[in-house]
Amino acid sequence: MGLGQLASRALFRSTRLASSKPQLLLRRAIVSTPDLHNSGAAAAEAQPEPDLPKRNPVAGARVHFPNPDDVIEVFVDGYPVKIPKGMTVLQACEIAGVDIPRFCYHSRLSIAGNCRMCLVEVEKSPKPVASCAMPALPGKGWSFMKMVGFGMKIKTDTPLAKKAREGVMEFLLMNHPLDCPICDQGGECDLQDQSMAFGSDRGRFTEVKRSVVDKNLGPLVKTVMTRCIQCTRCVRFATEVAGVQDLGMLGRGSGEEIGTYVEKLMTSELSGNVIDICPVGALTSKPFAFKARNWELKGTESIDVTDAVGSNIRIDSRGPEVMRIVPRLNEDINEEWISDKTRFFYDGLKRQRLNDPMIRGADGRFKTVSWRDALAVVAEVIHQVKPEEIVGVAGKLSDAESMMALKDFLNTMGSNNIWCEGNGPNPNADLRSGYIMNTSINGLEKADVFLLVEAAMVNARIRKTVRATSAKVGYVGPPADFNYDHEHLGTGPETLTELSEGRHPFYSALSNAKNPAIIVGAGIFGRNDKDAIFSVVEKIAKNINAVRPDWNGLNVLLLNAAQAAALDLGLVPQSEKSIENAKFLYLMGADDENLDKLPNDAFVVYQGHHGDRGVYRANVILPASAFSEKEGTYANTEGCAQTTVPAVPTVGDARDDWKIIRALSEVAGVRLPYDSLSAIRSRISTVAPNLLNADEREAAAFSTSSLRPEVKEKMDNSAPFGTAVENFYMTDSITRASKIMAQCSASLSKK
Amino acid sequence: MLGRLASQRLREIRQVFRGLPQHIDSPDNNPDLPWEFTDTNKEKAKEILSHYPSNYKQSAVIPLLDLAQQQNGGWLPVSAMNHVAKVIEVAPIRVYEVATFYSMFNRTKVGRYHLLVCGTTPCMIRGSREIEEALLKHLGVKRNEVTKDGLFFCWRNGMHDNNIGTGYFCVLLLHNTLLSTTEDVTPNRVVEIVEALKRGEKPP
Repeated sequence: MGLGQLASRALFRSTRLASSKPQLLLRRAIVSTPDLHNSGAAAAEAQPEPDLPKRNPVAGARVHFPNPDDVIEVFVDGYPVKIPKGMTVLQACEIAGVDIPRFCYHSRLSIAGNCRMCLVEVEKSPKPVASCAMPALPGKGWSFMKMVGFGMKIKTDTPLAKKAREGVMEFLLMNHPLDCPICDQGGECDLQDQSMAFGSDRGRFTEVKRSVVDKNLGPLVKTVMTRCIQCTRCVRFATEVAGVQDLGMLGRGSGEEIGTYVEKLMTSELSGNVIDICPVGALTSKPFAFKARNWELKGTESIDVTDAVGSNIRIDSRGPEVMRIVPRLNEDINEEWISDKTRFFYDGLKRQRLNDPMIRGADGRFKTVSWRDALAVVAEVIHQVKPEEIVGVAGKLSDAESMMALKDFLNTMGSNNIWCEGNGPNPNADLRSGYIMNTSINGLEKADVFLLVEAAMVNARIRKTVRATSAKVGYVGPPADFNYDHEHLGTGPETLTELSEGRHPFYSALSNAKNPAIIVGAGIFGRNDKDAIFSVVEKIAKNINAVRPDWNGLNVLLLNAAQAAALDLGLVPQSEKSIENAKFLYLMGADDENLDKLPNDAFVVYQGHHGDRGVYRANVILPASAFSEKEGTYANTEGCAQTTVPAVPTVGDARDDWKIIRALSEVAGVRLPYDSLSAIRSRISTVAPNLLNADEREAAAFSTSSLRPEVKEKMDNSAPFGTAVENFYMTDSITRASKIMAQCSASLSKK
Repeated sequence: MLGRLASQRLREIRQVFRGLPQHIDSPDNNPDLPWEFTDTNKEKAKEILSHYPSNYKQSAVIPLLDLAQQQNGGWLPVSAMNHVAKVIEVAPIRVYEVATFYSMFNRTKVGRYHLLVCGTTPCMIRGSREIEEALLKHLGVKRNEVTKDGLFFCWRNGMHDNNIGTGYFCVLLLHNTLLSTTEDVTPNRVVEIVEALKRGEKPP
């Protein structure tokens, strides 16, 4: 606030007071310095205002006022702050820049109020209040009529508040074991930090501490329940966000234990997030146990590529090794959660790595060669082959730059047989809205009716919406286990036909919805009748008015990190049968492509980072770097382009994907015109400029429902929808190489 | 040495709870065993549920668990708790939480007669330790154990229960829903009571 405004406010107050209170007016008539004799409160806060520095909200938070008329003003340590009605005292203090210690409160979970660490003093209250649970109220009494200056007065630094915190901390530490040296949470432990900052310097406990039996929650979460301080964050997370009601607080008093009562493993795909949530070392990461302390680790902000969500992660590495992966905050995409696969697949980065170029000799065994020789061999073969017999397949984990380079290279060689894994034999890349999540992951929260066609990954968001607004969910596909109420409408395309013609009972729910969302899973891409299914889905969308200027409810949920960028760049093969006629096949990290129809004399080049399925048929292996070692652009299922950052150096003699192709093009004589990352990015900007606007989601301009041409194929009603993801924990080359994922799929897969 | 004695004592005291807040599968107590309310109890359950609003069925968890415990002879197997969870339409863990919270929900097998000797200070002064010893010797079990024919014995610590607590010895008997206290007993009297129970008579 500028000084001018402050001065005008002071004057405003003084004049208002003077006009409404005759006795004050009388006083003013006698004394010539009105400010000194105004009502104490107004002067007291009018004067210090210019002296108080501007307070920034904690952690750069912003306040959103849903209803601008409903703004109340409260005072935090004398500093006035405007908050929307309904905010708690703790949130008001956060906006005022005061960080109140807490253990059980979490901004994304319901309020429990059982740790009592957030106690602050509020004027006129007989005892300290739990700020996480108490709504911040405006003042009462005669001052309520005045809009200014009489909100709740919150004090966070008085002796009473400090004594309360010290007392609570003492109680919490009473039964807490002296495990700091052996506890994984040391260094990033809320209890440690808050006891240093807010606790007393000595304890008075001379009794015997209680201990608790450890629970077995699976191969991912290590439990040392003696350390638990019963904050119930994990219970609330499991109930609300993950949707599995497995954890509970059993027993009472000092014998309370968090557990599952029966021997049950946490099978939810979000179970690893309780590791972040637990403020102490009770729930920690089992694969990361005793590996490193958090101050040794260097965090690199990057993007996850195991699925198409593109969760923001921070790769913690120590030297050349990735030690763990933790989530980053991104409100739009993954909030604060990452799936178990994202969190624990990093040990696959250390196994089965390709580090040297290899050529398969005449005896069928691979021989390590130098880059020069390998590239020379590939260039030689590629010139002996006719252009239409050259085929390129981009893998699931390919970034946009390398796919651009591959497409350019193949096009200069005269071939256009290039596609990305998972997009099916004949993808339709004409209209962007036909393959991305048009509603955006964040926008799913506004939907009120969902129709899911064989999609199962953006569940947490849908669950949040269903929980908050009781949205209805209808599901067409194989019987699956969702953690929210849903109606299973059917298993095959005939259900879709019924829905489009309005015969199905769920149709009424769809048509009455204000913001309906239809989510089609990308497993549809692999079917032959894909176009027919899409046209039926679009017909449904048109009938229920799901596609409007302000709301596009027709979404496609992609499976791989590379699919969206591939379709943006136009990786569409010229013919569906290119594999059968191929004489030269370039697999760029493609391991799940079906190579049965490949002729036996075809020359296969595999460029990738893991020795997975692709190398078995390869003639030449070119080692590339994984996503944690290169800077690449990935587009997630909603079309938001994000870049990874190299966190660790790459392995052996491996190089970046696009650099390999650039070198190959030079050796082959068709040199590609870019030498640096910025050059290849400017090439991308000529094809798909949206991929360069990092972290921005560009909505599709046209919608397919109005522009798609007539489809002549008929739907194959006899083939019900299958699951696109057979084993959640093993979907690409890195996860298949990971031991932790193997343990998970053995013990945690839902059978 | 004192510390060891203290911790031993505490462990004994802890065993007062009928079972730890963890379930261990055993042949007669595991989730695969089917368990249902009897038909009369189904009617009673419906009547209990009618006391509560239809969208808050979970408020009926305590009466229903009590009904299940009575049906099952004084203790709750995990399959009974699962059945109650299905009746009130909540996840089973919520029922487990309630059952572990209240000490009168026995989650392990108790005998037909559940004898408790009050061990609070007033009773101790009047010699409840001797009573307890006499009982134990007569029955041949240790604290919290079940005899072969199903008499269960326990020493209630530090709670005055629902007896007088004014310096009389108190022995409580819990026989399903029968809750009777016998006060001012002597060791001989206690043995007489036990013999009466064995014969099947209700003690005065």
